[in-house]
Amino acid sequence: MSTAKRLLSGRPTKMRITSRPGEVIDRSKPVRFTWNGREKSAFEGDTIISALAASGERVFSRSFKYHRPRGILTATFHDPGCSVQVGDEPNVRGSHRLVTAGMKVTAQNVWPSLKLDVASANRAAGRFIGAGFYYKTFIKPERLWPTYEKVLQRFAPGGRVSADSPHGSYDKRYAHPDVVVAGGGPAGMAAALGAAEAGARVMLVEEEHSLGGHLRYGSETELAALAELRREVEASGAIEVLVNSAVTGRYDGNWIAILQRNLPHVTERLVKARAKVVVAAPGLIERPYVFEGNDLPGVMLSTAARRLLNLWAVAPGTRAVVLSANEEGDATAADLSDAGVHVAQVVDARRGEQVVRARGAGSLSEVELGDGSKVSCDLLVTAVGWTAPTLLLNVAGDRPVYDERAARFVPGDGLPANVLATGGIVGDGPTAALVEHGRATGRAAAERALARDGTSVTIPSLSPAPHPALYRSRTHGIVDFSEDISSKDLVSAAREGYDSVELLKRYTTATMGPAQGKLETINTVAVLAEATGRSIAETGTTVWRPPHVPVSLGALAGRVLEPVRYSPMQPWHEAHRATPIVAGQWIRPEHYGDPAREVRTVREHVGLIDVTPLGKLDLRGPDVPKLLNFLYVNKWLKLDIGSVRYGLMCGEDGVVLDDGVTGHLGEDHYLMSTTSSGADAVAHWIENWLQTTFPDWQVYMTPMTTAYASINVAGPKSRELMSRVVSDVDLSPEAFAYMQVRRGTICSVPGCVMWRIGFTGELSYELHVPAGYGLYVWESLLAAGEDLSAGVFGLEAQRIMRLEKGHLIVSQDTDGLTQGYGVGLDGLIKLDKEDFAGKQELEWQLERQGYNHLVALLPDDASVVPPEASQIVTGDRSIVGRVTSSRLSPSLGRSICLALVAPQLAETGKSVTVHLPDGTDVRAKVSEELAQFDPGGERLRA
Amino acid sequence: MILIPCPHCGDRNSSEFTYAGEVHSRPSPGDARQGPWRDYLYGKDNPAGWTEERWFHGSGCGKYLRAERHTVTNEIRATRPEVGAGASSRTRP
Ligand SMILES: [Zn+2]
Repeated sequence: MSTAKRLLSGRPTKMRITSRPGEVIDRSKPVRFTWNGREKSAFEGDTIISALAASGERVFSRSFKYHRPRGILTATFHDPGCSVQVGDEPNVRGSHRLVTAGMKVTAQNVWPSLKLDVASANRAAGRFIGAGFYYKTFIKPERLWPTYEKVLQRFAPGGRVSADSPHGSYDKRYAHPDVVVAGGGPAGMAAALGAAEAGARVMLVEEEHSLGGHLRYGSETELAALAELRREVEASGAIEVLVNSAVTGRYDGNWIAILQRNLPHVTERLVKARAKVVVAAPGLIERPYVFEGNDLPGVMLSTAARRLLNLWAVAPGTRAVVLSANEEGDATAADLSDAGVHVAQVVDARRGEQVVRARGAGSLSEVELGDGSKVSCDLLVTAVGWTAPTLLLNVAGDRPVYDERAARFVPGDGLPANVLATGGIVGDGPTAALVEHGRATGRAAAERALARDGTSVTIPSLSPAPHPALYRSRTHGIVDFSEDISSKDLVSAAREGYDSVELLKRYTTATMGPAQGKLETINTVAVLAEATGRSIAETGTTVWRPPHVPVSLGALAGRVLEPVRYSPMQPWHEAHRATPIVAGQWIRPEHYGDPAREVRTVREHVGLIDVTPLGKLDLRGPDVPKLLNFLYVNKWLKLDIGSVRYGLMCGEDGVVLDDGVTGHLGEDHYLMSTTSSGADAVAHWIENWLQTTFPDWQVYMTPMTTAYASINVAGPKSRELMSRVVSDVDLSPEAFAYMQVRRGTICSVPGCVMWRIGFTGELSYELHVPAGYGLYVWESLLAAGEDLSAGVFGLEAQRIMRLEKGHLIVSQDTDGLTQGYGVGLDGLIKLDKEDFAGKQELEWQLERQGYNHLVALLPDDASVVPPEASQIVTGDRSIVGRVTSSRLSPSLGRSICLALVAPQLAETGKSVTVHLPDGTDVRAKVSEELAQFDPGGERLRA
Repeated sequence: MILIPCPHCGDRNSSEFTYAGEVHSRPSPGDARQGPWRDYLYGKDNPAGWTEERWFHGSGCGKYLRAERHTVTNEIRATRPEVGAGASSRTRP
């Protein structure tokens, strides 16, 4: 029958068996998807891998280094050979991700190809990929690094990332449950119930798609117990269940990070749960056995075989050998027989029986046993023991200890009071014992979370069951399936001297691949112990580190909550096609098409610029003058009402911090302006001094940056324009002079502040109007100035004009080492003041000399604009300065720069060499004045 | 993430605060010599143990506070308002 017909009829595919009691597939809902372009069928509830296995596929990827074919090992999220590409999403855990209709699944890491027999490639590769391969191979000579990179890229696992992928939706949530239970198996469910019964609000987190843990693929008795537990959890009003979600780590203050993947329309959500108590109930992870051929497709863990059989009704093979050292292995053999898979042999490790090697071309065909006999089969199931994933306990400070009798690491006794453990991680027992332990642990967790006495809760003992110590057969095989590291590699690394487990791990990269030690840590320790003749307890284990599962960068970023700020005039800017520029949190107009024309408008007529992002701090109180006198390097104790003054601020290290003007508005009332980028920092700086050093000063500071819309009206016709819109302030040069401030009404809007200052060098007024009227005043000013050729200008034109005037911009023309002297404002620094921020360091700077100076540079070739950050060099190529600002000046018709240069170059007329990024040098001369345009400032004072 | 008990706001995530460093008093401006001044600027005791430090609750009450924190365990055993700060300087005239 053709595939299409079979799909239409919904009949089972090749390996799909008849209905199982606990199956999670919905046979009434067929789903079609593609695998490497070929159509496949599945049922709702299938994972990608269960569906492919049902259709008879056995190979899903190639191994990392040797490119051996890989099939199912665990049939869980952590299955190392089952990462696939889904559409444009790489590294999808195929044994966990559910199939959806139309899904396009492709194999990744398939060099040379999924199907090709790679015996030859394998041999070729195997010759040079030993322990410490990366350290030894790709180091020298350095000229071959580009080649190494190409080779390594081919070896690197992982799929393809598309640059065109649409943004996924990611989210964050803060939660404050009393108790978080990490793990929704029987013990975890019982713990959640116990905690809820004791009055706690509980968050129960389960990695798989539904609650139940190992009960899900267990016996009918276990399924019945699960149904009862689920019913109870559902009935409880106090348990929030998060399935397909994983606790990825625990941080300070029991801050539990949970990666939630089960939300509609949200790719991943990071839940930040501040739990009063966390209960770790991760269960146990089955351990692979190390022997030759243990990575052949067809060799899998007993839990993998049972999951395939009982969850998805897929026969993992047709003829099986079962290596069993425990009840799980025995149950698997029984389940296989029950499902119609022929069990050729059960190898009982408890009686000393052994599997020595597995053989097969591309997948398993024969198993060799300890007695030399050979059994042909296509399925080898191993059940040789468990690993306790103690991550949550480790990050809480506990160190696992090796229990020789149980042949596994168990929790130590180093847990803080707000972390408890239950279930398989603690010990073994029938379902009832696990539930009893879980319930009591949950009750104890609630008692602690609710700060009650808790002495009434007795937690029954649960100890690990005795288990034979089975790690490696007498042959060598793969230990780390993700990183493709064999026991032989580990033995030779130990011989090379890497004989501590932490060193061995870093040298071989064992436990450092996508499985992150979940499958391979204990086998690594065991092989090392064997190689060094020590016990496992003496060898110790590596520490589990978060995150427990991969977390996407999207989940860490979450939604973008960083505010983006626009001025009230933004609609006008947009309507007039302003080119936006990002300036800190603000989006501002860089220009409106032609910055040079905008400069001419200001120099010849009148222009408006939106300077709303300028920091504005309202200062009130009798001690404001003392505060200003302390913050600025210049003197502030005498400033008349109605005047403004420019000031420079330095940090206590003497480094330039900010600058701006402050105006004296009225009795005990000042308005301080700061740079746009420094607004927050200066506000914190002021709070710091007021709160920690001068608590008795009477000052009240209010940030007002966004409360005012700010407009600078600049140009020779600005007074004329202002006179048309201001009615209650005398604007005559005598009444309202340069560096003065007035409060008044603009365009009928009362409560505006206007001060006569100017960054552009022209007659100008800086207006601060209540933000709600910003757009109205902006538009009214333009309308009123129409016959004056009034225009607008953006940040770029302002930067050109301020450079023509030689005004520095803090953090553009200064850096984190630029102290107060040398930036062209030496006269401002008043060392005769008793005290001010940075005074000591500035005194020492002056004594020391030798500091760089800010100078104006004029390139000899007036058409060359040296890019900002071009270096200034000497004849012997040592660096003696750099260009901090540069532009082509439309007013002067030539290039102009500001530069920080060594003191010996800071002399008028000095010729310096500017080294451009393109490798060429140009000459430039130090100009007499920082200002190239109107150095006398006559236009400003007009 | 550390939880900081702000004396004004209660337990809050440390992401709401700005770390303002170990508490060091500012040398008086009259007799500042380079040694003590540079210690004030850059010298940190940075003990592996209990330390007294300042935090600024910028995303909360806007107050500086002092915390006694154990740098190894991150336990905070006490917090209090910054000495003398607050009331007088923050009262609207
Ligand atoms: Zn607070």
